[in-house]
Amino acid sequence: MATAVTIQPERRVDLTPQATLPPPERRETVFDIRGLTARYGGVPAISDVSMEIYENLVTAVIGPSGCGKSTFIRCLNRMNDLVPAFRAEGEILYHGLDLHGPGIDPVAVRRRIGMVFQKPNPFPKSIYDNVAFGLRALGMKDGLDGRVEHALTQAALWDEVKGRLKMSALELSGGQQQRLCIARAIAVEPDVVLLDEPASALDPIATSSIEDLMHELKRDYTFVIVTHNMQQAARVADMTAFFSLSPAGEDGRRSGMLVEYDATQKIFTTPADRRTEDYVTGRFG
Amino acid sequence: MSALSANTDGLRRRRAVNRLMEAIATAAAFAAVVVLGIMVVSVARRGGAAIDLNLFTKTPHPFSFTNQPSGLANAFVGTAVIVGIATAMAVPVGVLSAIYLNEFARARVAFLIALALDVLNGVPAIVVGIFVFALIVVHHGQSALAGSFALSILMIPLIARATQEVLALVPQATREGSLALGVSRWRTTLGVVLPQTIGAIVTGTTLAVARVAGETAPLLFTSSIVGDRLQWNPHLALASVPLKIFEYSESPDPADHARAWAAALVLISFVLVASITARALAARSRRRMGLHR
Repeated sequence: MATAVTIQPERRVDLTPQATLPPPERRETVFDIRGLTARYGGVPAISDVSMEIYENLVTAVIGPSGCGKSTFIRCLNRMNDLVPAFRAEGEILYHGLDLHGPGIDPVAVRRRIGMVFQKPNPFPKSIYDNVAFGLRALGMKDGLDGRVEHALTQAALWDEVKGRLKMSALELSGGQQQRLCIARAIAVEPDVVLLDEPASALDPIATSSIEDLMHELKRDYTFVIVTHNMQQAARVADMTAFFSLSPAGEDGRRSGMLVEYDATQKIFTTPADRRTEDYVTGRFG
Repeated sequence: MSALSANTDGLRRRRAVNRLMEAIATAAAFAAVVVLGIMVVSVARRGGAAIDLNLFTKTPHPFSFTNQPSGLANAFVGTAVIVGIATAMAVPVGVLSAIYLNEFARARVAFLIALALDVLNGVPAIVVGIFVFALIVVHHGQSALAGSFALSILMIPLIARATQEVLALVPQATREGSLALGVSRWRTTLGVVLPQTIGAIVTGTTLAVARVAGETAPLLFTSSIVGDRLQWNPHLALASVPLKIFEYSESPDPADHARAWAAALVLISFVLVASITARALAARSRRRMGLHR
């Protein structure tokens, strides 16, 4: 695996990922989401979302603030279970298995489906222990040093930290911390990595290095990324889902909904829905 | 300029009230310090002279009004044993209940447990003493273990609340980072949450030790019928510093009075040192908790 990630100071908004987008019949479905409605304390945050997410592709979820992007992505590894008032309806089939089905342990779900958060959240431990913690907890202790090095290398952080693995992770810069969180997530070898606005707290150079990472790593992983940055979606994603707020219902409440989901190129050049077009051309949101 | 210095909106009166209230609050704060200062000084003046090596190495001489060396070694040993065992009992229960309270309990249950801990914290020590008397001493007789059990009941809410307060400060993002790896709740608590609270646990424990080391009432019921021999066996009733102070204060021998003051001075010094150490540890752990520098 090529590891030297070059940072291009001026990235054009190109649509290169489409070159790798396989035709629909050759895409492997990882998530088959059917009629997903998610509520906090009875109030729906997203309503009736149905879409498929494909293997070894980067799928972006874009849309204005408050349209339920984060709620949606946190459903995919049952992270919302931690919120007491949260309820989900509908089905999320992961390789055909309903994630909310009986006997499904959320711990086992998160073991396969990792997550990187908006704000870098390294543990207050050394750089080494940040990556090793999950490996130790999950019993992947054989060749621990090698696994840590491999994960840090994959996250393009190894060269920057190899001499100071014992240093506290909190002393790293924000961009390094976020790459450490990615290393931590991929060290335990998940199938899917969910990224919830992973670059929103980072400067453009750090953002760029994380986008390059996703290009590199999607051969091994399936990525789902929430972003409010359309250029980012255009740069990294093969498929893009546009979420927006539904018109006010009878009770005057609005909830998030999936407006359009298609190849990124299509979403950004010839969207089928007027609302998508308004959003991606900057007329709304 | 004149608009700012003029007496508009009763500015002069408001300023005077402000100064007055500030002065009253300052005086109240200093009064607390002064009371402590007078107490320490008076105890030190009366007890200071009686502090010598014999106080810690010799057991009480069987006769009063004698010049033979006499000390309170048995009381210091007894207090150390009783408080030590009480700490060993209270720390696991206190820390685990804090973990349950903050990490696992639903909001309603957590509220009830927090309330119960606060009520337990307010239960008078003598009530705890009589409770342990009825529970253990009536059947098994007095022992240091019964005394430790009584003191541990007083320590648990202090340790649990101190631990829980800091558990609540650990960012949720830290837990999510671990849970998102497919690590279980318990392993997350043990691996990434609890290590951040070690400082608070040590602080809370130190304060609890300082608090119960001087408790008299619970020991009156559980570990007060003692001889003057030096004993370490916790199955026996052991002497303790606070009870010895009480006993000596009623002695006809002025030398015993001096020894009671000396023991009081040792006790108060221990509490002061322990409290200051605990504050320093707490400040250090809070600085460490101030994540991201």
